[in-house]
Amino acid sequence: MNIRRFPMTRGISLLVLTYLYVPVVVLVGYSFNANRTATVWSHVSLDWYGRILVNPSIQAAAKNSLVLALCAATAATAIALLAALATSQAFPRRRAVEAVLNMPLILPEIVVAVATLMLFVALGVQLGLGAMILAHTAFCIPFAYLPIRARLEGMNQSYGEAAQDLYANRFRSFRRVTLPLLWPGIMAGFTLAFVTSLDDFLTSFFLSGPGTTTLPVYIFSSIKAGITPEINAISTVMLVISVLLVSLSFILGRLRR
Amino acid sequence: MTDRPALRRLGLLTPALATIAVLIGVPLALMFWISLLQKGDSGGVDWASAPSLGNYIRLVWEEDFDGTMIVNTSYLIILLRSVLQAAVTTGLCLLFGLPVALWMAGLSRGQREIMLLLITIPFWTNLLVRNYAWLIILREDGWLSQLVNSLSPVGPVQLLYNDLAVAIGLTYSFLPFMILPLYTVFEKFDWRLLEAAHDLGAPRRRALRRVVIPIAMPGIAAGSLLVFIPCLGAFVTPALLGGGKTLMLGNVIQMQFAASRNWPFGAALSVVLLALMLVVMVAMAIWRNRRVK
Repeated sequence: MNIRRFPMTRGISLLVLTYLYVPVVVLVGYSFNANRTATVWSHVSLDWYGRILVNPSIQAAAKNSLVLALCAATAATAIALLAALATSQAFPRRRAVEAVLNMPLILPEIVVAVATLMLFVALGVQLGLGAMILAHTAFCIPFAYLPIRARLEGMNQSYGEAAQDLYANRFRSFRRVTLPLLWPGIMAGFTLAFVTSLDDFLTSFFLSGPGTTTLPVYIFSSIKAGITPEINAISTVMLVISVLLVSLSFILGRLRR
Repeated sequence: MTDRPALRRLGLLTPALATIAVLIGVPLALMFWISLLQKGDSGGVDWASAPSLGNYIRLVWEEDFDGTMIVNTSYLIILLRSVLQAAVTTGLCLLFGLPVALWMAGLSRGQREIMLLLITIPFWTNLLVRNYAWLIILREDGWLSQLVNSLSPVGPVQLLYNDLAVAIGLTYSFLPFMILPLYTVFEKFDWRLLEAAHDLGAPRRRALRRVVIPIAMPGIAAGSLLVFIPCLGAFVTPALLGGGKTLMLGNVIQMQFAASRNWPFGAALSVVLLALMLVVMVAMAIWRNRRVK
C-alpha cells in the first residue's frame, strides 16, 4: 500500500479536471458551429470568426481594449518597477508598504469600481477611455509588481556593487547591470498586467461611459441581448490570447538568471 | 541621485503609493461620506444634504405610509443569501479542492508541475467568458439540460437561474484559490507522519481526520478566505447564471448605479460589503494568532 495515496482522491481529481475543462471545450466547440442557435450542432464552419472580423462594433471594442491594456500595463509596470526597487531592500514598515501595494488584490472589485465612478463624476472627470486607463493602472500595479519583486529577490545584489566599484555611477550601474538582469521580470509583470486589464469587465463596465466599450463589456451586453455563436467566437479569441500571454509571462518569469 | 537611502526609497515608492492613494484610497473615503448623504432629485448625490445614517437604517427598516418604521427584510435576505452563497461555495471548494491538493502532492515532480499548470490556466482566463461557458451548458436547450431532463423522474428541471447554478459558477470561478494554498501545505507535508499513524493502527479515515486535516488547517484557512471574500462581492456570476430571485449583494449595488440611480444607498451597501469582509478577515487573524500561541 502506498502511504501517499488516499482512496478516491484520484477519482475526485479527474472529476475536478473534467469540471474545469468541459466548459472551455463546449465554448470553443460551439464557436465552430455553423448553426445560428448557439446550442444546436450542425457542421463545422469558420463563419462566426469571419463575422467578428468584419463587425465594426467588435473592431472598435477590440481597439479600445488594446489601447486600454497597453496604456494601463505600461504605466502600472513603470510604477511597480520603481516600487519593487525600493522594497527589495529591508526597511522599517516594509510589510505595511507591501500590503498597500497589494490592496487592489483584496478589495472587492465592484466596491472600488463604484467608488471610482463616484469620484470621477464628483470631480467632473469624463467617463471613457481616459477614466478606464486611470482605474486600470491602479489595480494592475500588484500584478506587475509581484513578478518584478520575485525576480529582484533572486538577483545577486553584488553585480550592481561590482559595477559601482568599477566606477559606474548609480544610474549607469542600474541601466547597464540591474536593468538587463531584471528585464525578464519586468516583461513578465507587464504581460500579467496586460492580461489583467484586457480581461477586466467590472471596472470598465462602470467607467466606460456612453460610446466607449471594451471587448468584455461588449460580450456582457451581447449575452444579455441573446446568445449567439458570435459571442462564442469572440470569447474563444479572448481565451486563446489570455492563455498565450499568461504562458509567456510564466516562461519569462522562469528564464535563467 | 541622492545617497540618502531613506529619501531615495521615498522617491521610488511615491508613484505607486500616490496612485493607490488617489485612485483607491480617496474613492473609498468619498464613498463613506456619500453613504451618509441623500440622493439628488435626478439621481446622483445631493451634496448639500445633512449627513445621517438614513441609508444604513433603510437596510433594515422602512417608513410605513403612516410614518411608523417597520422592518423590511428584503435587503437582509439578500445580505444573508450572499453570505450563505459564499459559505456554500467555500464548502464546495474545500470538498473538491482538498482531495485534489492531496492527490497532487503525492505525484512525481513533473506530474505536479503539469497539474499546477492545469489548475491555474482557467483562473487566468476571462471570468466573464468562464461564466458564459456555464450559461451555454446549463441552458434549457443545452445538452446537459436535455440529459438531466431525460433522466429526471419529476419532469423537466430548470438548471439555470437558481442558487445551484450560481454555486456551480462561483465554485468554478474560485476553485483554484482553494487548491493552491492547500497544495502549498501538502507539498511540504512529512509523509512519515502518515506512516507512523498507519503503524500505530490508525485506519485511513482516522489518519485523514487526525493527521492530515489538522496539518492542512493553515491552508484551509487561507483558501477559505481567498474563496469567501471574492464570492461575497460577486457580480458577474449571479448576473449571468442567477435569476431575479437569486440576487447577491454585488447585483444590488450595481442596480443602485444603474436603474435605481440611488448612489448614496449604493455607497452604503458597498460599505456594508467592506465591513463584512473586514469582519471575516479579522476573525481569521484572531483565530490564527490563537493557534500560534
